[in-house]
Amino acid sequence: MSKNINVALIGNPNTGKTSVFNQLTGLKQKVGNYPGITVEKKEGICKLPRGVKAHILDLPGTYSLNTTSLDESVVVELLLNKNDKDFPDVAVVISDVENLKRNLFVFTQIKDLKIPTILVINMSDRMPKKGITLDISLLEEKLNTKIALVSTRKGTGIERIRELIADYKNLSVRPNVDTTVIAPEYFERLRQTFPNEDLYKLWLVITQDVNFMPIEKKEVKDTSSFATKTKAELKRLQQKETILRYQFINGVLKETYKVDRNAAKGFRATVDKVLTHKVFGYLIFLVILLTIFQAIYDWSSYPMDFIDEQFAAASNWIKATLPPGVFTNLIAEGILAGIGGIVIFIPQIAFLFLFIALLEESGYMSRVVFLMDRIMRPFGLSGKSVVPLISGTACAIPAVMATRNIENWKERLITILVTPFVTCSARLPVYLIIIALVIPEGRIIGLSYQALTLTLLYLIGFGAAIGSAMILNKVLKIKSRSFFMVEMPSYKFPLLKNVAYTVVEKTKSFVYGAGKIILAISIVLWFLGSNGYSSNFKNADKIISERIETEGLTGYNTTSIKNELNEYETYLKDSLDQLNTATLKDSLKQRELTLFEKARKQEIAGFKLENSYIGYLGKAIEPAVAPLGYDWKIGIAVLTSFAAREVFVGTLATIYSVGNDEEDTIKHRMASEINPVSKKPLFNLASGISLLLFYAFAMQCMSTLAIVKRETNSWRWPMAQLVIMSVFAYIVALIAYQVLK
Amino acid sequence: MVTTVAHLKRGERGIIKEFTKGMLPIKLLELGCLPGNELELIQIAPLKDPLYINVNGSHIAIRRSVALQIELDLIEDKATL
Repeated sequence: MSKNINVALIGNPNTGKTSVFNQLTGLKQKVGNYPGITVEKKEGICKLPRGVKAHILDLPGTYSLNTTSLDESVVVELLLNKNDKDFPDVAVVISDVENLKRNLFVFTQIKDLKIPTILVINMSDRMPKKGITLDISLLEEKLNTKIALVSTRKGTGIERIRELIADYKNLSVRPNVDTTVIAPEYFERLRQTFPNEDLYKLWLVITQDVNFMPIEKKEVKDTSSFATKTKAELKRLQQKETILRYQFINGVLKETYKVDRNAAKGFRATVDKVLTHKVFGYLIFLVILLTIFQAIYDWSSYPMDFIDEQFAAASNWIKATLPPGVFTNLIAEGILAGIGGIVIFIPQIAFLFLFIALLEESGYMSRVVFLMDRIMRPFGLSGKSVVPLISGTACAIPAVMATRNIENWKERLITILVTPFVTCSARLPVYLIIIALVIPEGRIIGLSYQALTLTLLYLIGFGAAIGSAMILNKVLKIKSRSFFMVEMPSYKFPLLKNVAYTVVEKTKSFVYGAGKIILAISIVLWFLGSNGYSSNFKNADKIISERIETEGLTGYNTTSIKNELNEYETYLKDSLDQLNTATLKDSLKQRELTLFEKARKQEIAGFKLENSYIGYLGKAIEPAVAPLGYDWKIGIAVLTSFAAREVFVGTLATIYSVGNDEEDTIKHRMASEINPVSKKPLFNLASGISLLLFYAFAMQCMSTLAIVKRETNSWRWPMAQLVIMSVFAYIVALIAYQVLK
Repeated sequence: MVTTVAHLKRGERGIIKEFTKGMLPIKLLELGCLPGNELELIQIAPLKDPLYINVNGSHIAIRRSVALQIELDLIEDKATL
């Protein structure tokens, strides 16, 4: 029988647990969620000596088994539930050699649950520099365990972990600390009431939600012979337990762990002095932020242009290669147009996740939290809100999840509620295309108007987040008693492998998540746009051709053809020296015919679209969006982008390309759209600004709403976000258009 | 001299006294903020809050309100550092 050994990796945050996981599993890992909650679940398979395999579960970082957060309760729930399919055959506790004392705390707790436990002491490469010496064999004896001395940075010791896991049956399960001494009489009564249960396990069940809201408590009911204690009493006992455990750990380390004090200190202190300095600290933070934004706009434009071209080429290729028909149209016009809209901003998302991963891995993020905490507090936020607000520029979904380490519920809730205002990368394609259309290309003191507009939109996003936080802080009456604490890990050069994993994983899940929605919407849109039931739709060819014969092309097309011909004439005259009047006339005539034919086709396609299903739907909502300066096509795009903002560009691309044979950029097509009322270009300064502001404020992202629901455990908050933000966006966009038009 | 963490100057150290005022959060205790352990104030953020401390080898930042609850015996000599 070849049953996999279940292994759980447990350890304090910042001990390199994830590095160990990566090195044990290599690329054979999968990231998902625990059912019902958004705690990330990472698992993988590891090959062991003698052909055995291990299923490795990377549990969230935890300082102890006394739960004070959702992440930690995942660990405790698993360790207390023998029937869980992931219940570990062996626990591997990862520790950092520099913080061994503190890291051993959770180790002793797990050991006392009588689970076979291996101790991994990581970062052994730092020992000589820090003047640390260890007596491993004595330590193994004192802790009743086996130890692997590991350096994930150097890649040493991993083999030893594998061997120890394979040999897990030889591990001692003798506990280290006898917790019952903190209240002998209490534990004796507990033993009598539940004679078949493990005492320490019972103790953890009893205390598990003393510090935290209940999740799914396995309750220990009061009985006549046994009454649980009050919360204050339990807390006092937990304090006693903590002291007891440290007494044990100190005793063990006294004989086995030596530090040469003179070798310590140094680097961290010097760097901290600069990075948390009251002037330089903020300056450095600002420079880092600016670098990130620069990277996103400047550096990522090259891969983005490349992707754009590839998709246009692919669409052409399909149309040219596959036999013409409904299926080919569906792929070229529906699916590819939609997918292109999301794939194009993989570079930007990847850059953002890259920077955030670098800041987290290096230990810098904690310093930002430290610098910003007091400044954020008047707005009802915490220093830890800075991380979600910055991650929000990538995507609100991981940002909302990143609020989980904010201890104070009110601060956390406010952070969750305001984060969607931050300009996420999904707004970027919308912003970029509209800015390109309506903002002139000029420069002021070396800065382009277009870049300035974009910066302004980011500032508006942050401003809206901070402003609404301030209001929420006044309005929300939530009493929350909790305390703020952030660990300041030592500085480390980020492990490129870890960073790469993070970037790939996060980008992948983002693209797949959004991609599914976009794909579905594109197909539906394509169908609705290329089908219709009215006679107008069916006879579009005839109706328009007849109209053009009697009335000619629309005014706009007539003028634009005239303009283009004039340009062409000048061009011909400039480029050819000896001009033959007859040739000139010929080529002009030729050109006019092509242009005329193109315009005719466009008008037919437009007429068809107007009379398709989607056209009717759009017309129905037009009265609502007309005061904002939009036509029904933008209305449809705005409507579909309530699923996800980035759908906007994809929707317009699909709507415009339906029935349109010409390969043209989406920007070009948008520029030639005409407002049905004013007969002027549809995208002008007024309607453009109105659209930009609408997207800046509206809550258009189903996935975010779903995450907020899960994180707040109620529909109340996401619904409030949806309604309040969208109504606000509508009003602002309305005012902007009416003032500017 | 008895003082609290909130009253320390940068670089000053002290030994944590028995807890008398109420309960400290359990998280702090787990990180080694226990009576008898040494605590050093490393950095104070602008606006005097939060405080960056090293206690028992744990480098953490806490808010002033919590720091006020941790009583210390100040270590007078400042030779080390």
